[in-house]
Amino acid sequence: MLSIKNLQANIGDKQILKGLNLEVKAGEVHAIMGPNGSGKSTLASVLAGREDYEVTGGEVLFYGKDLLELSPEERAREGIFLAFQYPIEIPGVSTTNFLKTAVNEVRKARGQEPLDAVQFLTRMKEKMKLVEINQALLSRSLNEGFSGGEKKRNEIFQMAMLEPKLAILDETDSGLDIDALRIVAEGVNKLRTKDNATVVVTHYQRLLDYIIPDFVHVLYQGRIVKSGPKELALELEEKGYDWIKDEVSA
Amino acid sequence: MNETTTYTTDLKSRLLSSFSQFEKELNGSISSPIHTLRKDALEQFDRLGFPTTKHEEWKYTDIKGLLKQDFDFAPTNNGVSTSVYDVQDLLIPDAEANILIFVNGIYQVGLSKIVSPSQDIIIKDFTEAYTTHASVIDSYFAKFAAYNTNAFVALNTAFAQKGSFIYVPNNKIVEKPVIIYHIADTSVGKPVSMPRNLLVTGKNSQASVVEVYLTKGEGTSFANTVTEIVIQENASLEHIKIQNEGSEAYNIGTTQVYQVRDSKFFSVTISLNGAIVRNDLNIVLDDQNCEANLYGLYMPTGKTHIDNHSLVDHAKPHSYSNELYKGILDGKSTGVFNGKIFVRQDAQKTNAFQSNRNILLSKEASMNTKPQLEIFADDVKCSHGATTGQLDNDMLFYLRSRGISLEKAKALLMHAFAADVVNQIKIEPVRHYIENAITSRLTE
Ligand SMILES: Nc1ncnc2c1ncn2[C@@H]1O[C@H](COP(=O)(O)OP(=O)(O)O)[C@@H](O)[C@H]1O
Ligand SMILES: [Mg+2]
Repeated sequence: MLSIKNLQANIGDKQILKGLNLEVKAGEVHAIMGPNGSGKSTLASVLAGREDYEVTGGEVLFYGKDLLELSPEERAREGIFLAFQYPIEIPGVSTTNFLKTAVNEVRKARGQEPLDAVQFLTRMKEKMKLVEINQALLSRSLNEGFSGGEKKRNEIFQMAMLEPKLAILDETDSGLDIDALRIVAEGVNKLRTKDNATVVVTHYQRLLDYIIPDFVHVLYQGRIVKSGPKELALELEEKGYDWIKDEVSA
Repeated sequence: MNETTTYTTDLKSRLLSSFSQFEKELNGSISSPIHTLRKDALEQFDRLGFPTTKHEEWKYTDIKGLLKQDFDFAPTNNGVSTSVYDVQDLLIPDAEANILIFVNGIYQVGLSKIVSPSQDIIIKDFTEAYTTHASVIDSYFAKFAAYNTNAFVALNTAFAQKGSFIYVPNNKIVEKPVIIYHIADTSVGKPVSMPRNLLVTGKNSQASVVEVYLTKGEGTSFANTVTEIVIQENASLEHIKIQNEGSEAYNIGTTQVYQVRDSKFFSVTISLNGAIVRNDLNIVLDDQNCEANLYGLYMPTGKTHIDNHSLVDHAKPHSYSNELYKGILDGKSTGVFNGKIFVRQDAQKTNAFQSNRNILLSKEASMNTKPQLEIFADDVKCSHGATTGQLDNDMLFYLRSRGISLEKAKALLMHAFAADVVNQIKIEPVRHYIENAITSRLTE
């Protein structure tokens, strides 16, 4: 589904991704771990199409299509979803209104009829249960005054509404207490099918107790320097990243 | 343009010389007290002349474009029958309201519709009102709008004859709003109108008045308006001014508000289009416990210039004013916000707040903002702030990352930005009209 080859990206003059490779197939869950500042959010942003980053080399194919050619909205319509590490507050735009626009824009791009008010509401109700988010929150301005946990839940709720093929969850676990973490993780698990895939960016093993990855990758200094099975996460939790850093510099 | 314009003398001379014709049309009412004021105002207009950008209050609004127009200045009712005007599709849909329609300054009795009972509110064409309510008019007319300093007010006062007279007696709560349409029909030339409105709300009364300026056709027009508003003890008035004219419309107007004890004024000014739009909103809070709310939204595009000048004069203690003006500027448009707040020495315990926020959608659009606070009392709470920026890129990215197109994302953010002002409009059909106008603008 997703094939990243030798991806290099800058912000300003600073190179952040320095030749990154990753293959993701339908049905898989990949965890990307790594110390702060190693480029995890940069990777997520580049995949979602944030224009602040300049891609200087490499390629990204999504179902064979050149993803880097597409605008952020086209990528979303192709089925890419980014759960932001820091979801932004948008005063004056209600979550409901925003999501209705988003869902119908995506449907339009896929040649589907727009959902009418009733259909949309039914779908909302169903997905709200999934992440235990309440109606009152959704009628407020998007993320405005939401707690950290509410913002993260809202990200997963949006994911549920949009049903992406590839979801990239950037530190969705940070700022969540253990109950919220469980709810969010269960939500993500319920959304899994054999046709979609999830990339979970985290630096805590704890989320991976709930969302079990097929592969764990370590991103360090703009590259994936190590990949392994889910046990790698436990090893990282136990030993930290120093041994990886040593391996890289060796 | 054709060569016939060469004979044209300048606009000021033409206006001055048309006064005697205007007097003839008044048919003998030239001995009335208001006519003395008209003549005085004409002299003031002659003395003041049209302002240039050297004038402090007109520094950023250059009216040369207005002055060189070859307007059809005919203060005559040229007898066009009202049925000629098909204006229905221009009006605010579904509004259950008292409706006054003026076309090129002339009251269209056949198109207008008064639904509120006359014991609750008197709604009349100004000319007619002067035959029935002369004493009210004589006590307020030109008492508040300064025709010795503002040339446009002087000009309007000199030719004051047509417009609306609205009088709410004491203790009357008027449920249905009054909507006054001023439509410039440019299919018959380049019309000039000088609407003169007087709104007086009696003690403990409540009313809503909407002024709407529209154009029929695409041509040039000029409206020079003065609306004088008197809000008596414990009365409350909602006043909405909407300018949604054509791109060649010149619209210059002063709204002069006088408030006394425990009164409330609530104003929303929405300026969507025109060649030059200039709004002066002057409020005098001349007693204790008055409240004035001033909201404004302007959305110029193309070469439109929109200038909002406001003055809130806190003359007495314990009053409150709150002002929020927002602008979305596109194309090569220009905007001006000049907000004065005076807090007189007497006006202790004043609360006065002002905010002006702007979004520039294009590199060629510009905004000039000048807050002016002059505070002579020491125990007051005042604040002001102004920002001019672009749409937030992070917000745009967030919306786009959910599949929303750049255009729709911008529209969502602009709607949200404008909503703080638009949502202040309590009359639902009017609010919907504005929302739709904004939507169609944003999806153009
Ligand atoms: N807007 C920016 N301007 C300059 N440097 C940035 C910017 N955003 C991120 N960086 C830098 O890029 C590197 C990678 O950041 P990021 O991708 O956020 O890391 P991670 O998510 O792995 O913690 C860091 O060194 C960070 O300081
Ligand atoms: Mg990060």
